[in-house]
Amino acid sequence: MDIFQQIHEAIKYLFVQRAIIAGCFMALGCSSLGVFLVLRRFSLIGDGLAHVSFATVAIGLLLRAQPMVVSIPLVALASFFILKLNEKAAVYGDAAIGLVSSFGIAIGIIIASTAGGFNVDLFSYLFGNILSVSNFEVWMTVVISLAVVLIVWLFYHDLFAITFDEEYAQVSGIKVRLVNRILILLTSLIVVLGIKIVGTMLVSSLIILPAISALQVVRSFRSTIILAGVFAVVSVVAGIFISYFLNLPSGATIVMINFIFFVGSFLYGRNRG
Amino acid sequence: MVEVKSLSVKYNDIEALSKISFKINAGDYIGIVGPNGSGKTTLVKALLGLIPFTGKIIFQSENFSESDLRRHIGYLPQKMSFLDQRFPATAKEIVVSGMYCRKKFPRRLTDKDYIAAEAIMKTLGIANLKSRSIGRLSGGQQQRVLLARALVHSPSVLILDEPTVALDPQSRETFYDTVQKLNKEKQVTVLLVSHDIASVGKYASKLLYLDREIIFYGTFDEFCKSPKMSEYFGTSQHLICHRH
Repeated sequence: MDIFQQIHEAIKYLFVQRAIIAGCFMALGCSSLGVFLVLRRFSLIGDGLAHVSFATVAIGLLLRAQPMVVSIPLVALASFFILKLNEKAAVYGDAAIGLVSSFGIAIGIIIASTAGGFNVDLFSYLFGNILSVSNFEVWMTVVISLAVVLIVWLFYHDLFAITFDEEYAQVSGIKVRLVNRILILLTSLIVVLGIKIVGTMLVSSLIILPAISALQVVRSFRSTIILAGVFAVVSVVAGIFISYFLNLPSGATIVMINFIFFVGSFLYGRNRG
Repeated sequence: MVEVKSLSVKYNDIEALSKISFKINAGDYIGIVGPNGSGKTTLVKALLGLIPFTGKIIFQSENFSESDLRRHIGYLPQKMSFLDQRFPATAKEIVVSGMYCRKKFPRRLTDKDYIAAEAIMKTLGIANLKSRSIGRLSGGQQQRVLLARALVHSPSVLILDEPTVALDPQSRETFYDTVQKLNKEKQVTVLLVSHDIASVGKYASKLLYLDREIIFYGTFDEFCKSPKMSEYFGTSQHLICHRH
């Protein structure tokens, strides 16, 4: 059977269809935020929030609720806490992320060790499994990712202005603090969606890698966002099929393909000069 | 055109500016000079509405709203240190972003805006750079792109905060010549903040010497002859005036 026939066969399975739909929408959501986060030196906020989501998933499992539903408000709160720490408590941005992130992991471990009984479920969220997403999770991913893409599209010019020159954006009448909060809130939503797909350990790579790959090759801002989207979607789809055929962990395979895109883009960008 | 009345700014109980009052007429080219920490950038930030202050800034009339003000001011910020050399934007994308102050959310740009961006780039002699990445331009070219961004919405007042700090002497001269041409030919009112009294004296029609309060406000000739300035500088004032 050639590769196309194998793909054709695989696509007949409902769980593969669900994985592709959720993965593609998730990839678009991640890449639409990634370029802004990377250029604004907020890349690690995805990582920090993902660690917080480890604790919120533990809380969700403890309460026997949908972990994603519990995680969304709690991770959003954590994202605002990071911003506040940075603005009001004079804690440097990376230190604020480190503080909240380690606190999240610690809470998750304490809940897991004291409550017991759901350790297997909890640790499955560490590495995610896109091939096991439920219908509910697919719908949630589609709706939230579309909302993220729409909001980024609406705020595109505000985000562009703030990313290039925050002070000038303010002079132009753009509400910088509000737009920063929206960016961080959207990031927290996307992070929560990503924990099922690539897991809390790797979710930030879905945000960062397509963006930095696109940054190596493109010179205009709009093209960078579009190319990041293409890299992200292709990585997710290729990752799903490769992990399915070679029986590899899907999240890690998606990240590896993203990394290959980065290496290719880096070499192309360097040769072009 | 602009009247600043008793403007004061405090940072944590330290007074950065104390009861500044002065008037700017349409078509003026005012050089704002003073030592480090004298409040030059603070004055610019207050004029741009970026920091809280006490006192009044009246632009054309009392009824001028904040958004009206933005449409009439072009701003070129201090230094270029914020400019990320890897930032993925073309010179034209940066220039047209100067139109955002005229737009309401979601600030959609029209063909007219892009035509205006190309026109101002042509005026400043940088039309050939429109598709080049901003990070790959020289310091002088980048500064002209940012000047084009400040001018694309046809402001009546242009505020330049130490615009030539990162430029070589030749680029600096070219930059000042361009600004002077805008002031003379298009009647753009210019407020230039600088450490360099010699350059300010060469181009500006008036000089405002600031040291948390206004030490002097008048023409460069008056500045050179001012007994108050002689007292302030001692003998060094002669050196500054000879340089001019």
